Amino acid sequence: MLDIAHTPPAPKVIAGAKQDWELVIGLEVHAQVSSNAKLFSGASTTFGAEPNSNVAFVDAAMPGMLPVINEFCVAQAVRTGLGLKAGINLTSAFDRKNYFYPDLPQGYQISQLYHPIVGEGEVIVEMGEGIARRVRIERIHLEQDAGKSIHDMDPHMSFVDLNRTGVALMEIVSRPDIRGPEEAAAYVVKLRQIMRYLGTCDGNMQNGNLRADVNVSVCRPGDYERYQESQDFSHLGTRCEIKNMNSMRFIQAAIEYEARRQIGILEDGGTIVQETRLYDPDKGETRSMRSKEEAHDYRYFPCPDLLPLEIEQAWVDDIAAALPELPDAKKARFMSEFGLTDYDASVLTADVDNAAYFEAVVGGGSDGRDGKLAANWVINELFGRLKKEDHTITETPVSADQLGGIVDLITKGDISGKIAKELFEIVFTEGGDPAEIVEARGMRQVTDTGAIEAAVDKVIADNPAQVEKAKQNPKLAGWFVGQVMKATGGKANPKAVNQIVAAKLGL
Amino acid sequence: MADLGTLTIAEARDRLRAGDLTAADLTESCLAAVEAAGALNAFVHHTPEIAREQAAAADARLQAGDAPDLCGIPLGIKDLFCTRGVASQAGSRILEGFLPEYESTVTTRLWDQGAVMLGKLNMDEFAMGSSNETSTYGDVVSPWRRGNDATPLTPGGSSGGSAAAVAADLCLAATGTDTGGSIRQPAAFVGIVGLKPTYGRCSRWGIVAFASSLDQAGPMTKTVQDAAIMLGAMAGHDPKDSTSADLAVPDFEAALTGDVRGKRIGLPREYRMEGMPEEIETLWHQGAEMLRDAGAEIVDITLPHTKYALPAYYVIAPAEASSNLARYDGVRYGHRAALSQGDGVTEMYEKTRAEGFGHEVQRRVMIGTYVLSAGFYDAYYNRARKVRTLIKRDFETVFADGIDAILTPATPSAAFGLGEMGQADPVQMYLNDVFTVTVNLAGLPAISVPAGLDRQGLPLGLQLIGRPWEEADLLNDAHVLERAAGFDAKPARWWA
Repeated sequence: MLDIAHTPPAPKVIAGAKQDWELVIGLEVHAQVSSNAKLFSGASTTFGAEPNSNVAFVDAAMPGMLPVINEFCVAQAVRTGLGLKAGINLTSAFDRKNYFYPDLPQGYQISQLYHPIVGEGEVIVEMGEGIARRVRIERIHLEQDAGKSIHDMDPHMSFVDLNRTGVALMEIVSRPDIRGPEEAAAYVVKLRQIMRYLGTCDGNMQNGNLRADVNVSVCRPGDYERYQESQDFSHLGTRCEIKNMNSMRFIQAAIEYEARRQIGILEDGGTIVQETRLYDPDKGETRSMRSKEEAHDYRYFPCPDLLPLEIEQAWVDDIAAALPELPDAKKARFMSEFGLTDYDASVLTADVDNAAYFEAVVGGGSDGRDGKLAANWVINELFGRLKKEDHTITETPVSADQLGGIVDLITKGDISGKIAKELFEIVFTEGGDPAEIVEARGMRQVTDTGAIEAAVDKVIADNPAQVEKAKQNPKLAGWFVGQVMKATGGKANPKAVNQIVAAKLGL
Repeated sequence: MADLGTLTIAEARDRLRAGDLTAADLTESCLAAVEAAGALNAFVHHTPEIAREQAAAADARLQAGDAPDLCGIPLGIKDLFCTRGVASQAGSRILEGFLPEYESTVTTRLWDQGAVMLGKLNMDEFAMGSSNETSTYGDVVSPWRRGNDATPLTPGGSSGGSAAAVAADLCLAATGTDTGGSIRQPAAFVGIVGLKPTYGRCSRWGIVAFASSLDQAGPMTKTVQDAAIMLGAMAGHDPKDSTSADLAVPDFEAALTGDVRGKRIGLPREYRMEGMPEEIETLWHQGAEMLRDAGAEIVDITLPHTKYALPAYYVIAPAEASSNLARYDGVRYGHRAALSQGDGVTEMYEKTRAEGFGHEVQRRVMIGTYVLSAGFYDAYYNRARKVRTLIKRDFETVFADGIDAILTPATPSAAFGLGEMGQADPVQMYLNDVFTVTVNLAGLPAISVPAGLDRQGLPLGLQLIGRPWEEADLLNDAHVLERAAGFDAKPARWWA
């Protein structure tokens, strides 16, 4: 793994009415495990199915039904742990978290309180070139998702959809190492990026496949450093937990609001009550959901239906050996191998699908393609065009082969950059093989100097006045180049035209 | 028709195979006996159509010469087992109207062998009870009486319906489940054989859970040989139950050699309870003598943590039950209380569970919730788990010292009258399980064998506890004890 030296970003400082305050943030991210079947049943996890159609007997908590662990979900958690450079616990165990709610048919959630499958790890969250926060991961555990209660379909009744019940979640718990709203969002973005590379969570926040509970507290400048030295939490402020947020924007807004709320209370001489809060995106505020006193007593105890989960080191090693290249390594390689800028490498590696596309373009052709040129076309032309259509890379009408074909035509000098853009547009809207389109539509660049010379001669002959002016002012040569390009329908090799025009004008 | 229900499984099997008995005739005889025995309140759901269909299929298999041991054998099934399309209520009102769309693994194995289901058997609600007085279907009445005294007696619990049905010859055998003694105690009270296998020997899939780490299904039969035959059919690895053991099932019947020479049988001194009737103490010693006469060595042993077993059990079992029973909330199946204007989901839970659960179940849910709650968890649940480990270690130590099986009384008394314990402190009732719960806490196999009658003419049983997974050995010990005891008493047939 790469070990790039980073400077930590400055913590966010909020100026209160009386003094400055800093933020301390820790996140619990709930990531739905990418798996066809649920954590303890064979029922499908497909999103958007008919309500209550993806429900096994055990998901509905029918009498006498028993959970059986899905090995693939365990492998996914291990994979995620390895991707976060975390320790894997060869023995872990499942516990029951007991509470009543109609979308929790068993009356308990099977989770891992006492012995999680993944131990301590870390995530490097870049906040700018050379600036990054190291966020420590405390643990990752596997647990069941709940179903969905629907309260707005009928004025008198509530409905329950159990499709989601029992779907595997990974709860990724960070240490309180995050120091600002932007960092919190960047941390979630980074986790999402890594898990998408690993193929362990699709990161679809809209469908609720990635949600975060955010713990926020505020402290006086210097207190955080005292906590770091002593690991004594009493140096930090009382935290509030904001539940269940599924957008980066809301996470930032909620933290910002919550920090200011706490500062307001503290500066007025009040104290923060530890509690669970909800963020209301419409009003842009958090409000109390339940206080510590009203908190559920979950009566955790070891789930007697499941034996402790024992996995073999060799199995973990196999998973580790098959781990894909992760974002940080890929970005560094893009920079060193292809000479890409930090920015371009970041853009191309931001998402696993983008990176895969770029690699298909750059790695294709007879023996690879120029990385910088390929990057330029992927980022500026393709991404720009996709954005205009509101498409993601997976919806691109231009395949990596097609874009590679365009890059090849440019490299060979068959088409100019200007023609290439036209060609790209044709491929984007109509499809087809770029080389064939160039041939069929006569778009090939004229590199025949004889033909260019003839065109230059004609422009010079037709415009004697301009020739005189150009001799006085060599900058006007550009006008002749433009006229030649126009006359050749843009197909003339601009470099050749430049040279010939200069020569003929005697500049 | 001859009363064929008195046959043992082995006798019926041999006659069915020999062709001098048909499954249809055997089944009809049992169905008639069931119909006539309403006074016992043992069978609470009758399934004659299923029985006749299965009997016909069994006869076809018998004729084809492809008949497993249980082919054509009429059985009763404890209401705790989910049976497809047949009411499976665990003796509780809260599962009123619940018809499972699935069949438990154990009953599936029985039907696969060609066994015949006569119906579902009464039981204590959610298997919580030792007298079958907590059932929503009402009490089961034991076929036994104290001489000419017509006072209705308990068949024991929680598998009280199973015990009464087998003892009254309504069926050849029955399934039971045992969480703290629910097979062995009722078997002892009615003079039949009850076997609790090693935890993990029989799949729990499709059996309504009481306390998942203790529950285990087992056979309730007329003889030890029948228990061996039936366990062979019920047992085996089930990938649908993570706690089911992936071990081969031996031929238990073939293990009944009758030879126990050189076996070392332990008598734990801690099972000599204060206030235990003298005749039980006497019977225990007689049992030991019988085994000694058969060539076994009798050894005094100590299981020092025995006295903590009952309290530990009554923490762990309710804790698990409080969680296992949370699913009965009126949302998806079973009973849901009628609600009043303005009632919300909390009222639905409260009213449904108040109406659906009986007092004993409510008591245990409350105890379980309490012992798991923050601030009490360490003092109760965690401490009970530690005690459980110590009890397990007690057994491991004596087995490591070369003890092959442990002989104890099955119950601290003979059957008592229905209602006699009604006013008593619940702890008095819980004391019934004093000899049996240790086995569940340690996950061991144990069998209750009828060994004699008390002076009122009521059956008394002895318990043999075996090494884990060595039911074959345990059954052989029990077989020897059974033969030596020669228990052949039958209740007078007052009910039909």
